[in-house]
Amino acid sequence: MAQRDTKDASLVSNEGFLLKLELHSDPQLLCVVRGALERLTEVFGFSAPDRRSVTRAVDEALTNIMRHCYNGRTDQPIEVYCTRVKPRSPDHADGLEILLCDQGPAIDPAKLRGRRLDEIKPGGLGLHFIRQSMDTVEYRRVGSTNQFRLVKYLQPPA
Amino acid sequence: MQISARHSDQTTIFDVSGDIDLANSPEVRKALLREVREKRTPRVVLNLSNVRYIDSSGVASLVEGLKASRDLNLRFILFGLSPSAREVLQLSRLLKIFEVYDNEDQALSS
Repeated sequence: MAQRDTKDASLVSNEGFLLKLELHSDPQLLCVVRGALERLTEVFGFSAPDRRSVTRAVDEALTNIMRHCYNGRTDQPIEVYCTRVKPRSPDHADGLEILLCDQGPAIDPAKLRGRRLDEIKPGGLGLHFIRQSMDTVEYRRVGSTNQFRLVKYLQPPA
Repeated sequence: MQISARHSDQTTIFDVSGDIDLANSPEVRKALLREVREKRTPRVVLNLSNVRYIDSSGVASLVEGLKASRDLNLRFILFGLSPSAREVLQLSRLLKIFEVYDNEDQALSS
């Protein structure tokens, strides 16, 4: 296995590393990342609805980075680390952690709350989709890097 | 993503295929708003049966089309939602807001 670049990746687990994607902030690449996540989640063992959830959450998170962190620039770096993580408790199953890293300005945590859905208006849905789809959603600033951590756990066996 | 239009007297049907995401949702938005605001087409129908994935920017484009239609008393209809498209509309609590049908026949005879 190739060496992992752990620079500014303090949240990345050293065990269970699966996949790293490096891309530019070009929306044309979103479908490529979705394709990779669709297959990764399938191999990982997620159900079809959970595969869609994880793929959707990562896609929305990347979209937010492209639009808000990089203000639409298409030449900025984004890294996506995918790692198997241990269960939350002995009765639970493993999880898939996805860590999205960008070099944009620090995010105001107040802007990560999403909006109310009782108004019918365009926009502001991405964060809602992410929180609905994933079990863990965390943001952290590490040095000059934004880190957005998402985790989805497998359903425990019946 | 590809989008094409079929016109009949009082209706335009947009046939969309591929994924609707940040890369191409502006194109969908532009086509819908032009049809509604400029052409004032009485009934605008969006065929999503070949759309496998739609993200929040795609949903936002649909919402803009819907709002523009309502402002002008025009109809805005969707049909052929994939499981993924249906999920995102449910997650955003918009599924009941849109006029949605399973297929083109149902949409046009509504």
